[in-house]
Amino acid sequence: MSVKLNTRQVGDVSVVDVAGRITLGEGSSALRDTLRGMVGKSQKKILLNLGEVSYIDSSGIGELVSGFTTVTNSGGELKLLNLNKRVKDLLQITKLLTVFDVHEDEAAAIRSFA
Amino acid sequence: MRENKRHVPETVERFLDSTLDSVDNAEELAVSAAQRAGFEDDDVMKIGMAVRESIVNAVVHGNRYSEHKKVRFSVANNKQRFTVRIADEGDGFDFENLPDPLAPENLLRTSGRGLFLVRSFMDEFQIRRLERGGTEVTLVKYVVSK
Repeated sequence: MSVKLNTRQVGDVSVVDVAGRITLGEGSSALRDTLRGMVGKSQKKILLNLGEVSYIDSSGIGELVSGFTTVTNSGGELKLLNLNKRVKDLLQITKLLTVFDVHEDEAAAIRSFA
Repeated sequence: MRENKRHVPETVERFLDSTLDSVDNAEELAVSAAQRAGFEDDDVMKIGMAVRESIVNAVVHGNRYSEHKKVRFSVANNKQRFTVRIADEGDGFDFENLPDPLAPENLLRTSGRGLFLVRSFMDEFQIRRLERGGTEVTLVKYVVSK
């Protein structure tokens, strides 16, 4: 299974539920297209729910970083929700947990946006 | 490691096209071999990911998706070592001067983490230029039978 993305609105926060594999090719480009589309629509508060992501490679990590930079440079915020152990370990060893604002509870994550 | 009293040494070798399908195929081959070698799920995942990152480098950066160039991929395991070799036919790159992906100034780079992850996930990692051209990486995970 490649990646599946579903976007929903909770108040003024756009939540993207991501499922499957974020890897070089279709998976990472789908994530890139979704995030750029949201920035293009001036959506400033984006919460990426990675709870159903089974696998992510270095290309997928790069897309998370790219999305973070794109959203931040447009004056918005991108935060992460529900990292499983493998994804969390990857962000830990690449020191990206120091970059991303990571949450385990959706309601708390929604409230954390300014 | 899982208990592995019936360990059977094996060697698998393939010559892969320079496509993203080859990345998936090589990862599946490596994962299957690692499971047969008795590795726990976490180590199987690490081996699979290290192979995936290395094949991506060979296909994308080495052979640049050329239909005229192949990636040589082999997996060999014995009672002590699970060894993967991946060789491309590309022009090579300066692997001795790669930026440190953990340096603060590099954290927001969108690429450059692949080899770092390979090194993190395997017990041994070697990279060399081949005399006939191309780059070969050797990845080793130690087999620790109970």
